[in-house]
Amino acid sequence: MSDMTQTPPVTAETGRSSRISWTSIALWGAVIGLLALLGWGLMRTNATRPEAGQPAPGFDVEFFNGYEWQGKQAADLDEMRGKVVVLNFWASWCVECRLEADLIEQSWRQYADQDVVFLGVAYADVEPNSIAYLKDFGITYPNAPDLGTDISDMYEITGVPETFFIGKDGVIEHVQIGPLSQATLNGVIQQLLQEG
Amino acid sequence: MLKRNRVWLIVALLLLISAAVFPVAAQDQTVTDDEVNEVAGEIYCPVCENTPLDVCQTQACADWRELIRTKLASGETDQQIYDYFARQYGEGVLANPPSRGVSLVVLWVLPVVLLLIGALFFARFMRGLRGDEAQTATAGPAPAMPPSAAPKATGDDYLARVEEELGKTNE
Repeated sequence: MSDMTQTPPVTAETGRSSRISWTSIALWGAVIGLLALLGWGLMRTNATRPEAGQPAPGFDVEFFNGYEWQGKQAADLDEMRGKVVVLNFWASWCVECRLEADLIEQSWRQYADQDVVFLGVAYADVEPNSIAYLKDFGITYPNAPDLGTDISDMYEITGVPETFFIGKDGVIEHVQIGPLSQATLNGVIQQLLQEG
Repeated sequence: MLKRNRVWLIVALLLLISAAVFPVAAQDQTVTDDEVNEVAGEIYCPVCENTPLDVCQTQACADWRELIRTKLASGETDQQIYDYFARQYGEGVLANPPSRGVSLVVLWVLPVVLLLIGALFFARFMRGLRGDEAQTATAGPAPAMPPSAAPKATGDDYLARVEEELGKTNE
């Protein structure tokens, strides 16, 4: 029985069309990749501050010399799960931060024996100035520099002071833009302690 | 008398030497505003948008400029200071961030990729044009125009001549 099936001859035309299709795929792949990259860049640029009800972005800190938390020189936000965290961004050059510095220290002392952690983060500050500021106000709660401005980038702060109240479950419960008042500080902490 | 003259001579010499040496010593320890601003011009304000440190008026910038002055006085090079600022405050504060990570992609890789994609699209476009020309050539000369499609005798000689030339080209 003779073989009746004939394979079509490979012509220059078919070779060219297959080459073109691969080129097309590569081209469109590159275009889609570029668009994805641009989209990712836009999303990063338009990222907004995490608000109440959203999980608090995780981070770790290395405290200034002379500051610690539970006997450690460094800490991770995850380790503070189960406690109310008062995360305060400040800077020595910030005039309004000076208005709340005493108040925060007093509250820290008031809640020291409860499940509340106060954590100060110095934003875009010069270390000797930060340390002088902490000394001036007699601040004893854990404080750390924001190395590489990683933490402030994650929390998308727009200035200082800004304070994030994080519940025991690691969810942001309140965001305070500008200086804190006694009423806000006590009110939010009491509410979060009761919720826990 | 001679002895007293010698004493004065020694005092004068000492004064001359000290006048020559002390300014040099003072210069070593003093960093001028221009030197500070030269470095500060390559760093951006941390709290205001797109403002170089050398022209920024905020307290944060003043603190950073003082930090630069201290570092220059302690003998650090410009590059060491840029590295320090990048480490402490992120590469976003540098006017010329080092080419790695996202900076490398955006500043160097992306333009090259875009250029390549553009070149490939252009090549495809040109190939398509050449293919069309080849098809037209193999299809033979353009059919003779029906009398109705021929340019009307409206005295438009120019149009008639164009049609004639086109016919010649296709043959």
